[in-house]
This record gives sequence, C-alpha cells and structure tokens, in this order.
Amino acid sequence: MTGPLLDIRRLSTHYVSARGTRVTRAVDDITLSLDQGQTLGIVGESGSGKTTLALTLLRMLPPAARIVSGEMLFEGADLLKKSEGEMRRIRGKRIAMILQDPMMSLNPLFTVGDQVAEPIRVHEGAPRRSAWRRATELLKAVRIAAPERRVREYPHQLSGGMRQRIVGAIAISCEPKILIADEPTTSLDLTIQAQYLKLLRDLQRAHNLALIFITHNLGIVAKMCDRVAVMYAGRLVEAGPVKQIYNAPAHPYTQALLESIPRLGDSRKRLTAIDGQPPDPSAPPPGCAFHPRCPKVMDRCRVEAPPEFRVADGQTSRCWLSAPASDRTEVRA
Amino acid sequence: MKKFILKRLGLAAISLFLLSLTIFLLIRISGDPAVLLAEPGASAADLEAIRNQFGLNRPLWIQYVSFISHLFRADFGQSFYYRTDVFELYLSRLPASLMLAAAAMVFSLIIGIPTGIVAAVRVNKWQDSIGKIFALLGLSMPSFWVGLVMILFFSVYLGWLPSSGSGTVLHLVMPAIALGWVFAAAHMRLTRSSMLEVLGSEYVKLARLKGLPEALVISKHAFKNALIPVLTLAGVNLVIMVNTAVIVETVFAWPGVGRLLFEGIAFRDFPIVQASILLGGTMIVVVNLVVDILYAVIDPRIRYEG
Repeated sequence: MTGPLLDIRRLSTHYVSARGTRVTRAVDDITLSLDQGQTLGIVGESGSGKTTLALTLLRMLPPAARIVSGEMLFEGADLLKKSEGEMRRIRGKRIAMILQDPMMSLNPLFTVGDQVAEPIRVHEGAPRRSAWRRATELLKAVRIAAPERRVREYPHQLSGGMRQRIVGAIAISCEPKILIADEPTTSLDLTIQAQYLKLLRDLQRAHNLALIFITHNLGIVAKMCDRVAVMYAGRLVEAGPVKQIYNAPAHPYTQALLESIPRLGDSRKRLTAIDGQPPDPSAPPPGCAFHPRCPKVMDRCRVEAPPEFRVADGQTSRCWLSAPASDRTEVRA
Repeated sequence: MKKFILKRLGLAAISLFLLSLTIFLLIRISGDPAVLLAEPGASAADLEAIRNQFGLNRPLWIQYVSFISHLFRADFGQSFYYRTDVFELYLSRLPASLMLAAAAMVFSLIIGIPTGIVAAVRVNKWQDSIGKIFALLGLSMPSFWVGLVMILFFSVYLGWLPSSGSGTVLHLVMPAIALGWVFAAAHMRLTRSSMLEVLGSEYVKLARLKGLPEALVISKHAFKNALIPVLTLAGVNLVIMVNTAVIVETVFAWPGVGRLLFEGIAFRDFPIVQASILLGGTMIVVVNLVVDILYAVIDPRIRYEG
C-alpha cells in the first residue's frame, strides 16, 4: 500500500443545538496524516476538539454532532463512505480506542476475562474457551500479575492502574492498525502514569501500531510522539515533527504552551500562563480564534482567519506571522 | 456472602422490633383498650374488671413483653366480628392477595420494562413520547377509576369478563390490570431513566468502541445494569401491592387481605387492623431482605463488600 495509513482531509464536525440555531465547529477543516507505526500527539486545552476528532474517526459521535465535510481515508478507503455495519467491523478490530476514565470504562457486572475476550469473540468468531485463553495472554502482555486469577475477577477488585491496563488489553485484543488513546493517564498517579506510557510504547513497537495520543500535557508528547498536532478552538493551529516544533514553534499559541511547561532545575525562568480563557466554541471570535489572547496580535488577525502555511519541511502553521514575504502563497489555494 | 446475609438479617430484626413497638404504643396512645373491649356504656367497675382480666394495669414494658410473646406464638387475638383467630383469618385471605399481586406484577413488568427500554433507546423520538403519555396516564389514573371503567366496558357492555368475585383466571384479569396499571407506569419510568443513565456510561461507550453489535450492547452491557434498580423497586412494589390492594379488592370484591383490612376498619374490628398492619409490615421487611440478597447475587460489588 502506498500513501499514509490514515489520511484526514479537510475534516469538519459540527455540533448542532436542538433547534438548529447554534452551531459549534468542534472540528474545523482539519488535515492530518498518520503512517503505520507512527505516534501522533494531539494537544490542546479542554474543549479544543481533540476528543471530537477522535470520535469522528470512529464515527462514534453523539447524536447532536454532524460530520459536515471532508474525507477520512483509512488504508485508502474513505471511512465516511462506509456503512454502519462496516464501521462496526472496523471499531475494536482495525481502529481501537482507550477512553479517558479507566475506573468507569469497564462494566461492573462482568468479569475481566469476559470483557477482554468479547472483541475476539465478536470480530473473529472465536469460541469462548480459546477467546478466554487469548484474554489471559493479553493480560500477561499488559503486565498484569497472576493473569489466570485476574481473568475471573470483577473490575471493582482491581486498582485503577490495573483497570487501565485491562482497557489497554481490550484495545489491542484484535491487533488493530491504529490505537487512539484519549488522555489515558489523567486519572492515574504519576508513577503509574509513567509505567502506563512505557507499556503503550512497548505495545506500539511490538505490534507496529500507529498511535494517536490525545493529551493536554506537552511533556508526555515530547516523550511519546513522533509528530504533534496542536488544536485550538476546533482548528489545527500547528503541526509537524515533535523535535522541530519544540525547537522552533511557529505559532504563538504553541510558543505559549511550551513556555507553560515547568522544567526541573530551571528556576531562573518564570512559568508563564496563557492569559485569558479559551473561546466559547459556539461563538469563536472573528478572524483568528486565538487573537484575543495572542501576544503578537496584528490588525489583520482580528478580521481574517489565517490559512495553513508551510513553515518548514512537514511543519505547518495557521498564523499570519508564518506567511511568507510574498504573503498570499498559501499551502492550499 | 454469609456475613452480608447475617448483617441484613440483623437490620431486618431491628426494623420488626421498631414496628411492633410503634403498633403497641399507638394502641395505648389512641385510647384505653379496655373501652374498646367493653360493651358500650360499661360502668367504671366493669372497665376495671376488664383491665384486670387482660393485664392492662401492669407496667407498660411488661405488657409489651407479653404482647411480643403472643406475637411469637402467632397469637394476634380474636376478631370481634368473625369471632375467630385473626392470624388464621389473615392467612386464609393471603393466597388470594398474593395471587392478585403476582398477576399485577407480571402485568406491570411485561408492560413496563419493554416500553421503558424502547423509550430509552429511542429517546426523544415518537416512541419516547408515547411512553411519556402512557406513564402520565398510568400515574394519574387512580386504580378504583380504572377498575370501574373496566367493569363498565368489559363486563357491562361487552360481557367478556366477570365484574367481581374470584374463582377463575378470568376473575383475575381486571383486578390485576387495575392494580398493576400504576406500577406498570412506575416500572416503565424507572426502566427508562435507569437505561438512559447506563446508555450514557463509559462502559457502554467502550462496548460500542469494541465494535459490538448494538443489540448486544443493549441486551448485555446496558440491560443487566439498568435492571438492578427496577428489580429492587419491583420487589418492594410486590409487597406494596399486597398491602395497598384495599381499594381494588373492594371494587372487585376480591377476597384478599386488602378487603379484610377494609372490613376491619368498617366494623371497628381492632385486632384485624392491628394484625393486618403488623403482618403487612413484616412482609415488607422480609421482601426488602430478599431483594437485598438478590441484589448481591447480581452485583458482585455488593457481594464482596459484605
């Protein structure tokens, strides 16, 4: 297969209020691609559209959401053109997702083994016994001690860290091509977090997974990801290789985010928080959505939203400051 | 599990103790029992003789101990009207009430659970609106009115069903529907709200993310979780049905404990009223106990907490 594993082109997802009067552009004109085995970090504040983007990929949006335009090519075929039945066979089997809250993600009434074996039974039609044997192996793969005992236990008997490992085991049970992890470590304490991130990396290497890592933590992105995409108010404001963006962020929002990461042993430089609040997603400011908080705001930013400019190899930025001297030579006309 | 059951048994015993104490004290507060027992217009000497005969002039706590020890021997006294043992009278009426309550419960669950699930799965669609209208009608139409309208329609106009009495399955149909109607609406509303909550949960989201067919998501992951509160309510409602069927049993002349209580009140037959309340209360406590245990069987979290 040539071309990227996943190719998202000009994707937009809107939430429409019950009377159709308020439209929230949760995902607005996003273009992204992902290769096999690659890790893409999606960063942004709460409400910037990260989770909506992930749910759009799996077509698991709440009823009020509409995918209004764009394409999502997975292995060359547009996911938006698939029937609900075809999508169901992709979910959990080709594209899997780990949810934010491990404490709530497991059904309290079924054993761990039942829940880990379930996708294997449904997608591969495996009989109960062999699916359970696979479930036990998967628990071993996510480094759960005494997996033979744990498969027979219920979620409430396990710690938060263990539950999140089990959610991970469910996600990789059918050897998916893409694994989406939506802030998988926010509810875990720091040491467990580090272990879990290491586990995700190891699983990714072992299965050559493409990993989409959604977080608001730039420190984790630096450790985990090859590429990073920064979202603000539903738009992709900057994207590119992690090293390049950390060394030379082009967008003022990315710069501000990087300055707000605490660095150990660096007490001379003061931490800077970003002034102001993220915009109301249903009523974003005109022009560039970041302009009310931007330290480098220009008159043009208040009226006209910038297009995507190519600033370096593989790095794009939606900021007028990134416009080349000749100005209007945009990436896309 | 054993520890859990023992703990629940202890709590049930405390409830029963408090109920017996309340009944005992209420009788003493509501008037001199001797006056109830005596012929109208009895002299002070006669009353005193009755007090002596029944031990009503002993200290209260001794009277209570005696009262309890009689209860333990299933001795609830004699009915003034029927001149027979009240406990036996109650027991002879109980099967009819249980049969009626069971039929009403089956009716309410058969109607309530499926409509509740459909309303939740099709939330804010027309199916949900019909469910809401049904629930509103169910909760706002009193059982005696439903009963009378049914008698008018099915017995008087159509002549399909007997208007009162007992004996055949046909006799059971209308009282069961009249009694179960309100509960069907209550079970529907609870199933709907419980199902909606579960459908919005993370584990249902994960079940969908696993690529399970929607029918399996609903029947396995959502339904079993949503059923827990409905089962609790149904268990308690069964006993409430037995104990609140007074009106329905009176309308349809159904020979159950409800009508017995009605007769007890109408004829000022105090032992009947007292026994009905004590035995009804005992049933409520016992059923709560059984539901708690069943609950633990379904939900492992409760089982292991002990």
